[in-house]
Amino acid sequence: MKKIEAIIKPFKLDDVKEGLTEIGVQGMTVSEVKGFGRQRGHTEVYRGAEYEVDFLPKLKLEVVVDSELAPQVVKLIEQKAKTGSIGDGKIFVISLDEVIRIRTGERGKEAV
Amino acid sequence: MIDAGDTAFVLICSALVMFMTPGLALFYGGMVRNKNVLGTIMQSFVVIGLVTVIWVLWGYSIAFGPDVGGVFGSLGWFGLAGVGLSPSPDYAGTIPHMAFMIFQAMFAIITPALITGAFAERMRFSALLVFVLLWSTFVYSPLAHWVWGAGGWLGNMGALDFAGGTVVHISSGASALAAALLISKRKGYGKDQFIPHNLPMTTMGAAILWFGWFGFNAGSALGSNSLAAGAFVTTHIAAAAASLSWMFAEWIHRDKPTTLGAASGGVAGLVAITPAAGFVGPVSALVTGALAGVICYGGVLAKSKLGYDDSLDVVGIHGLGGTWGALATGLFASKAVNPDGADGLFFGNPGQLWVQFLSVLVTCIFAFMMSVAILKILDWTMGLKVSDEEEVRGLDITQHSETAYSL
Repeated sequence: MKKIEAIIKPFKLDDVKEGLTEIGVQGMTVSEVKGFGRQRGHTEVYRGAEYEVDFLPKLKLEVVVDSELAPQVVKLIEQKAKTGSIGDGKIFVISLDEVIRIRTGERGKEAV
Repeated sequence: MIDAGDTAFVLICSALVMFMTPGLALFYGGMVRNKNVLGTIMQSFVVIGLVTVIWVLWGYSIAFGPDVGGVFGSLGWFGLAGVGLSPSPDYAGTIPHMAFMIFQAMFAIITPALITGAFAERMRFSALLVFVLLWSTFVYSPLAHWVWGAGGWLGNMGALDFAGGTVVHISSGASALAAALLISKRKGYGKDQFIPHNLPMTTMGAAILWFGWFGFNAGSALGSNSLAAGAFVTTHIAAAAASLSWMFAEWIHRDKPTTLGAASGGVAGLVAITPAAGFVGPVSALVTGALAGVICYGGVLAKSKLGYDDSLDVVGIHGLGGTWGALATGLFASKAVNPDGADGLFFGNPGQLWVQFLSVLVTCIFAFMMSVAILKILDWTMGLKVSDEEEVRGLDITQHSETAYSL
């Protein structure tokens, strides 16, 4: 089992979600996060004073899938979240030891 | 003789002016960080209660009571003694004296509330209460007497101030400068970012101010008449022109037309037209407003160069806008508009500009010096600023044990 974490541009969420649902991903978690990478921040102007805002709003998407499906998920996020300009985000793939469905107590693959 | 229309009008205008102070609370509240929004709103809201009590007990008497040497009113009207339901012989002869008193009370309320923008995000609440008490008693009431009180010396000199450019805006602006200079800067000033947390709130606050200002300026005609209609129209024109001119100035200077700029510009125009509203025509109001937007934008920019922490730009908007408005009155006033007024420089009477200049100067010096004295005394006795730790945690939780947004 793998957990795939992706930091993406907020406006790309719908495309990514639709794509993932189509290839059979059954659930995901999305959080609003702030951060910066090579894109750095942006400038805001209040009463003529310019402020450099370091942290930009991004979305963090977390998907847990069976290991066999993982490469497909990564590829799909890569395609759907891409604009080609700086700040498109990153994808992290993490191996999971165990997954438990709280309601039924199912373990492992069954619980994904 | 009490006139029903005039009385109804002044009572409604009193309610409109009252509503400006909560509007100001939102205008200021949106511009601070979210840990200070309640503290900032409270600094305006509590003034409604505090100044009303002061006004009823002694404030109104010092401002409008029996004249003592042109400088202040005696305490003869303490607790509104002698302020009855028939018209006063000195003020507004067609409405009950009580109606005039409560209309003036709303002006006395909003003026110290304006100053709170200068020390937003760092003033101790207890120190604020004592400051407002002393300031209202020793600065606002005497100043109101000089300009509007029967026998007041600035009014006798012929200075024109239709609705409170000097008494309300220049006095609060000059006092705000004193406060910004004396109360040390916010922690991290010049290093950390003080970004407004809720500009929709600020914009709504500006709109409420604009709405209430019709009561402020048109109501200052003290009757439901042609003078009120004229003042209503000039008020709206100046606000509209200033909102646009600030927006365009910022657009040219910083490449973007901002919401905060359009809202701030509207307020700047309202400030500038306040002394002039009943003395100038529509085109003069347009010019006064358009220039106010640019002048106040420049004043706000100058703050960072001069290095004082006037958190919400009270000096730039009320001090500078009020000064421009008082001088503009000396330029554009016309007896053709209001025969009880005077002609300004552009209507053949350069002397009026000099009188206006003197009234600005006197008001600035008086309000500034008195505010310095009051703040120094408070600093020595009780302390003005919250501790560093309290400042970091925010006024909401440390001064009021509340948070605005629990998510």
